[in-house]
Amino acid sequence: MSSELEKKVKRAREQLDAHVREIVAWHFNPETGCPFWLEYARSLKFDPRHAIKSYEDLKLLPHFEDEWLRGGPVRRWVPNAYSDRPIYIFETGGSTGVPKSRISIEDHKIDYEMFSQTLPEKCFPRGANWLMLGPSGPRRLRLAVEHLAQHRGGICFCVDLDPRWVIKLIKKGWMDHLKAYKDHVIDQGVTILKANHSIKCLFTTPKLLEALAERIDLKEAGITGIFSGGTEFTPQWYRFATEELLHGVYMTPTYGNTLMGLAASKPFVPEDNYKITYHAPQPRAVIEVVDFEDPEKLADYGQSGRVMLTTLTREFFLPRFLERDEGERERPIELYPWDGVSGVRPYRALASTVVEGVY
Amino acid sequence: MLHLSVLRWGEPYISLDKQKVFHFATGEPVAEVSQANGGLIERDLRQSRRARRALLEIPCAELVKMMKKAGELFMTARLPMGDGTQAPEEFVRAQSATAGLPEHMCRKNMEKLQHVLASMDRILDALTRGLDLSFLSAGHGIDREGRLLSYQAQAPVLGMVLPSNSPGVHVLWLPVIPLQIGLALKPGPQEPWTPYRMAEAMFQAGIPRNAIALYPGEAEAGAAVVNNCRKSLIFGGLPTVERYKGNPAVQVHGPGYSKILFGDDQVGEWEAHLDMMEESVFANSGRGCINCSGIWVPRHGRAIAEVLARRLAVHEPLPPAHPEASLAAFTVPGQAQQISAAIDQDLKAPGVEEMTAKHRKGPRLIARERCAYLLPTVVYCDSPEPAIARKEYMFPFVAVVECPQEKMLESIGPTLVATAVTRDEKFRRDLIEATSIDRLNLGPIPTTQLNWLQPHEGNIVDFLYRPRAFQIKNS
Repeated sequence: MSSELEKKVKRAREQLDAHVREIVAWHFNPETGCPFWLEYARSLKFDPRHAIKSYEDLKLLPHFEDEWLRGGPVRRWVPNAYSDRPIYIFETGGSTGVPKSRISIEDHKIDYEMFSQTLPEKCFPRGANWLMLGPSGPRRLRLAVEHLAQHRGGICFCVDLDPRWVIKLIKKGWMDHLKAYKDHVIDQGVTILKANHSIKCLFTTPKLLEALAERIDLKEAGITGIFSGGTEFTPQWYRFATEELLHGVYMTPTYGNTLMGLAASKPFVPEDNYKITYHAPQPRAVIEVVDFEDPEKLADYGQSGRVMLTTLTREFFLPRFLERDEGERERPIELYPWDGVSGVRPYRALASTVVEGVY
Repeated sequence: MLHLSVLRWGEPYISLDKQKVFHFATGEPVAEVSQANGGLIERDLRQSRRARRALLEIPCAELVKMMKKAGELFMTARLPMGDGTQAPEEFVRAQSATAGLPEHMCRKNMEKLQHVLASMDRILDALTRGLDLSFLSAGHGIDREGRLLSYQAQAPVLGMVLPSNSPGVHVLWLPVIPLQIGLALKPGPQEPWTPYRMAEAMFQAGIPRNAIALYPGEAEAGAAVVNNCRKSLIFGGLPTVERYKGNPAVQVHGPGYSKILFGDDQVGEWEAHLDMMEESVFANSGRGCINCSGIWVPRHGRAIAEVLARRLAVHEPLPPAHPEASLAAFTVPGQAQQISAAIDQDLKAPGVEEMTAKHRKGPRLIARERCAYLLPTVVYCDSPEPAIARKEYMFPFVAVVECPQEKMLESIGPTLVATAVTRDEKFRRDLIEATSIDRLNLGPIPTTQLNWLQPHEGNIVDFLYRPRAFQIKNS
């Protein structure tokens, strides 16, 4: 690591520690904090505002449990300081059972404004219109992408996709219905792209992008920039899409979710051979790769581990949440002088189903 | 270390996503396999017609000859394998190393595949009921009796999601190429060897490279093959069977639940059939869907289970190269442990007893550092009620179930191979009528003894070609 990068890493860490102090002070202050954390603090033998002075000190708190986000009352997550503000609710999961809910006021807008700074102007021109072809409904993605388009001076066209229905179709094995639903979504996307709306920027999921690119030449349709993401956005998929689907249209991978925000990827260089490394929008969110067996221990650089997320905004405090993803720990870079994660994929704990039959 | 590329209509493609396959005993990586992503497969399969067109250039009779040649090459030649080559013995060692089968069983499976390729003319003659294969190429023809017949290919390519359990199952797709239908194969994760070697043998025998595609990968790859081929043949467990039930585009080969059924008239003679029973349960280490997992008898069940248990309990794991090795290893971590635990759970039901336990020196499960073995297990059930009476696992496992003859056919459930030991004409008649039975052996024929001139879980020719009305009038 160059001495310049070392200095940047140190500075970023100091900023993170200061940010942690500010956020902990906010969430555990009866004037500003939310009922959940204020109630939780009563069960602690220490006052987090005094005990937690750095990111490292967050270890005094347990790992955030996703069950805490399932079910109401949802107001317990609204910081007292914001009790009179209009509240959005965004959900994650929920294919079966009660989804996890996260409240938002401005966070989704701030996250995407920060992400906007990472987009190359040439590929995502200011004033260009957007197409958002992906999960909407209770997810924050639609509003977030729409805000991104507006923030950059454009207008966002939206086509709906209900991922919970998609998961149900797959579980039921209704593959004809799945195909029909996919066609239904793609038909709408193609119609909008052909309707002279000057759309140059696109958000969609890897699977929908494949289907869309098979139906329409995105370059000829005027698309200059695409962002997409998720664990399906693997290096091999990135390469396949670049070499066989996109005909030179720029695409950037992202990793994000309702709980974190949006992690940008290390800029593409051919030497990386399509390896995708994400860096969280620190200090608002931190991702670390921790040992599978002992999540108190960081994985070594280059080694695999489970993704651990900490979200630190005034709207939402989520310390040390063990994600359902795993990946490899990556070193800080000049642009993002803090750890990153590559090879993000679903966390595969040992399967528990018994293999009955010979296959 | 060998690298096996994706074969995109015969053209190698090195994926950025690679999975290693390991030697089950030493943990050494044996090969690295490129993994195909779903979108890539979907894109390729849009070109399926090219595969069929390439095969239509070659008369079926020529293709049949090429199959015979391919069989010889498969059995004897050093053939390309990924970025290297493999002699037959190297192939056997590699297959044994990753699939866990003893080497002599791998050799036996090779012989089986060669036998089928060498007999392709007779097999196709049997499966098409003597049809002139040129009718399939032309789409129509006039038979010896002067009848105009027409057959229409239902898909340019057959998609297949292959298993890892027993290389013998590959015989099922061998007749496809001479029927002028291309192949899109998703190999089993622990047994990529046979599809690769067979494809290379076929290429060297003259089959056009663009007639065969190989897409190793995870579940996404399998789904992409099935969803983008108009006809597919897949192997899977019960959930897979349920998922594709009634789907005319997919022929599912699920658990076999193959059985031996004794009639009232013959069950007294059970001792004369012990070798047949043992072979049915134990051949190929119990890994096939044709292995017997249930012996149903009106009486003498406990005695049969006791003797079979004594016979089967003598088998112990031996090194895979040992000529007498008879038990295959479980190479997928945790699989054997889960199966053994499920059996233990089922043994708690009333009327169920494990008969092998007292004859073994130790527990059923032998866990090694990198693999595990399950020792042969014979279970006695005093009625068809317990769940274990209808279970099948990929090791020598059998439930001996007592059930009155008149209740047997309504109780056995789906049965891929039924060997019925009875001379009772009425029972035989009922057996012939029973639609829950696929392959029926009347008489003491091991369930594992197949006649390849007969269809297996549906006739592949009927699956790929539809007879239809057809008229011509020259203007």
